Amino acid sequence: MKDIREDIAWAKINQDVLKSLENPRKLYWVILFVAIAMVGVAVGCEIYQYNTGMGVSNKNNSHVWGLYIATFIFWIGMSHSGTLLSAILHLMHADWRKPIYRFAEAMTTFSLMTAGLFVAVHLGRVWQIYYALPYPNERGLWPNFQSPLLWDAMAIFTYLSSSILFLYVGMIPDLAICRDRMHGGWRKKLYTLLSLGWEGTDRQWRNFRVTYLTIACFLIPLAVSVHSIVASDFAMSQQPGWHVTSFPPYFVAGALYSGCAAIITLFIILRYVFRFEEYMTLPILKKIVRLTFAISMVWTYLNAVEFASVWYSHDQASKDVLIQKAVGTYAPFWWAMIICGSIVPLTLAFKRFQTNIPVLFAVSLLLNLGMWLERWMIVAPTFSHGIYPWTWDHDQWPSVVQWGMVFGSFGWFTLLFMLFCKIFPSVSMYEVKEMVYHRSQATKKLEATGKMATAGKGAH
Amino acid sequence: MSVSNLLENWSQFRHTHPVDDKPHDPYKWAMSIDLDACVGCNACSVACYAENNLPVVGKEKYAHGMAMHWMRIEHYWDEKLGEEGGSEFPDQGAQFLPMMCQQCEAAPCETVCPVGATNHTADGLNSQIYNRCVGSRYCQANCPFKVRYFNWYDYPTTDNVWPAEMNQQLNPDVTVRGKGVMEKCTFCVQRLNAAKVTAKSEGRIVHEGEVQTACQQACPTSAISFGNLIDPESRVHKQWRAQQVELDKDKQSKDEKEGGTNLRGYRILEDMRPYPSVMYLERVRESAI
Repeated sequence: MKDIREDIAWAKINQDVLKSLENPRKLYWVILFVAIAMVGVAVGCEIYQYNTGMGVSNKNNSHVWGLYIATFIFWIGMSHSGTLLSAILHLMHADWRKPIYRFAEAMTTFSLMTAGLFVAVHLGRVWQIYYALPYPNERGLWPNFQSPLLWDAMAIFTYLSSSILFLYVGMIPDLAICRDRMHGGWRKKLYTLLSLGWEGTDRQWRNFRVTYLTIACFLIPLAVSVHSIVASDFAMSQQPGWHVTSFPPYFVAGALYSGCAAIITLFIILRYVFRFEEYMTLPILKKIVRLTFAISMVWTYLNAVEFASVWYSHDQASKDVLIQKAVGTYAPFWWAMIICGSIVPLTLAFKRFQTNIPVLFAVSLLLNLGMWLERWMIVAPTFSHGIYPWTWDHDQWPSVVQWGMVFGSFGWFTLLFMLFCKIFPSVSMYEVKEMVYHRSQATKKLEATGKMATAGKGAH
Repeated sequence: MSVSNLLENWSQFRHTHPVDDKPHDPYKWAMSIDLDACVGCNACSVACYAENNLPVVGKEKYAHGMAMHWMRIEHYWDEKLGEEGGSEFPDQGAQFLPMMCQQCEAAPCETVCPVGATNHTADGLNSQIYNRCVGSRYCQANCPFKVRYFNWYDYPTTDNVWPAEMNQQLNPDVTVRGKGVMEKCTFCVQRLNAAKVTAKSEGRIVHEGEVQTACQQACPTSAISFGNLIDPESRVHKQWRAQQVELDKDKQSKDEKEGGTNLRGYRILEDMRPYPSVMYLERVRESAI
C-alpha cells in the first residue's frame, strides 16, 4: 500500500490541516480543563513541599532520590521522538516521516519543558537553583564542571533551545500559509509576526532547506549526548547497579523507545480527532510500529547486556543489587518493566496487529509504562541494597506528594500539546505536498515504463 | 569572576589522589578508632549532637531513616537475631562500629556536587558549605559509606526538636541548618579553627592533644584518637605507622604479605579508592583468627 495518495490537491491539504485550527469542540475544553486540574494538583504538591521540606516526599537518608529523578529521565527520554523522526529520518530521506514529524517535534519541546520542571522540584533549595548557572558573583564562584548534574543542566538548556529553534524554523512556510488564510484577529497577527515575511520565493526556499538541514545535523549529536549525559548521572557514580559503562547507549535506546511509543499514541489520537486519515495513513503507522519494534529489541538486548556484564563481573555488590531487583521489595515493578518493555512489544511483530488501532493504542501506552518503570527501577533498588550493609532492609515508597507531581506532569504536557495543536498546524502542509508530489512523480514514471504502480515505498 | 580563577584555583579544591599534587602541610587531620575499646555506649554520638547543633528528629522520623546523627553507632551481629536455635544474650556476638564522615582524600561526594558545595580543605577535611548547597543530594547518592545527612524538614522551626530552654545549649560556634541542606561530620572544624587561631597568635602550629573532637572527648574508653597525621609526635600518626596503614594507598602492603599479619588496622571500603582518613582497629578476637 502507498504511504499517501498521489492525487491530493494542494488546496485540499491546506484545507484539511487548517481545519484543525478551527474553534475547538466542547470535548477539547473538557480535556483541557482536566489537564489544568492535573497541573493544579502538581502545583499544590510543590507548594506544600516548598514550604514544609523535601521530607514530605517520603525520601530518607539512604533513598535520597526518588520519582522526581526517575520521571525527569522519562521525560527527557520522550523528547527523543522528535529528533529521531525529524532530524535523523530527514537525513535518511525517509519520506514517510513528513506528515508526522511536526507533532513529534512539538512533543520533544514540551517533554523537555516538563523534564526541566522536575530538576527544579527535585532540589532541596529550589530558590537557589541559579547557583548552577555561571552567573557573575562577587565571590568568583563557578559551578562545579566535574559534576554530571551540571552537564545535565548545560546539555538540556542547549537541547531545549535547539529543539525550539528547529520546531519554529520548520514551521515558517506553514505559518505563512496560516497567515494567508486567516481573516484577521489575534491569529492573523500572530502568524504574520511568526512567519517572518515568508513569500515562498526560490531563494527563500533554498536558504530554508540549508538552514533546516544544518539544524537537523546539529540536533542529532545533541540528542545522543543529552541522554548520554543524563545516563552519566548514574554511570559516573560509584554505586552498584549504576556504575555500568553501557548506560549511555542503554538510556539513548530507552529514550528512542519511549519517543516512538509516544508517537504511536499521539498519532492515533490526532488522526482520529482531526480526521487526518489521508495524511497519517495506516502504511505510515505500520512503519513507525516496525521501527518501535526494532528499537524495543535493541533495548531488550542492551538490558540483557547489562545483566550479563553484572553476572560475569567480580562485583558482588552489583550482583546483589541485580538479584534484589528481581526478588526484593521492588520486584513486582521490575518484572512489570520486563514484561512491558520486552514482551508486550512482541505483538508488534505480527502483521495482524501492526495496523490494528485499539491494540496499538494500548500497546504504546504499556510500552511507555514499561519505560517509566525502567527509570524508577534504576533509581530505587541501588538505594535499597547498596554497598553499605547498614542501609539495607529499609523499604521506601514514594509519598502522595511525589505521585501527585508525576501525575501533574502528564497534565502539564497535555496542556502544552493541546494548546499547540489548536494554534499551530500539527501536520506539516508543505512537506505533505512534497510527499504527494514525489508520489505522483513516481507513479507517472512507473506508468510511463508500462508497469503498474505497485506497493511503493516513500519514493524520492 | 574570572576565567583565571577557574583555571588557577580549581586544582586547590580538587584532589584525585592524596598527596600527589598537593601534600598536606602542616596539618592533615585523621582519626583512628579502636573497635576493641568501643563498647557501643553512644556517648560519642550524643556529644556530637550537643557540639554540632544536631536536631533530634523524633521517633517517627528516626524510624523512617531521617536521623541526623553525624556520628552513628552501627550494630552488627554474628548471627541473625530471633531465629530458631540461636544464641541467647550475651552470646549473639554484637559488634559496634562508630561511623562518621571518613573525610576521604579522593571523596566521591566532592566531584558530583553541581554547585561545588563540597570541597577539600588544605588541612585534609572534606568541607560542606551550607549556604552554597542547593540540595541535589547527589553527594549522598555517591557516598559509599552513606554518612551524609539531609535536612528533610526545617528542624529549627519544628516543634520538639529543641524544646524551650534546650535551645540554650546550642553551640554558638556552629550554624543551625535550615531545610534543604546537606550536612555531615566535620571533625569538629569549629574546634580546629579555634585551636589554629590560638596557635597562630602564639606563632606556632597546633600541638598534639591541644584539640579534641567532641566524640573523642566524650568516649569513656578513649577508643577514638584524633590528631595531625603529619605530626610525628601525634598519637594518630604513631598508630597509623604501627598498623602500617598509609593514607595514599588503596591496598596496604601489609595485606599482601603471606599468611597475613596480627596488625589490626584497616580502612573501610579501601578498595573503592576514596582514601579515607579514618583507620579502624579491629577487635583482638578477629585479628587473632
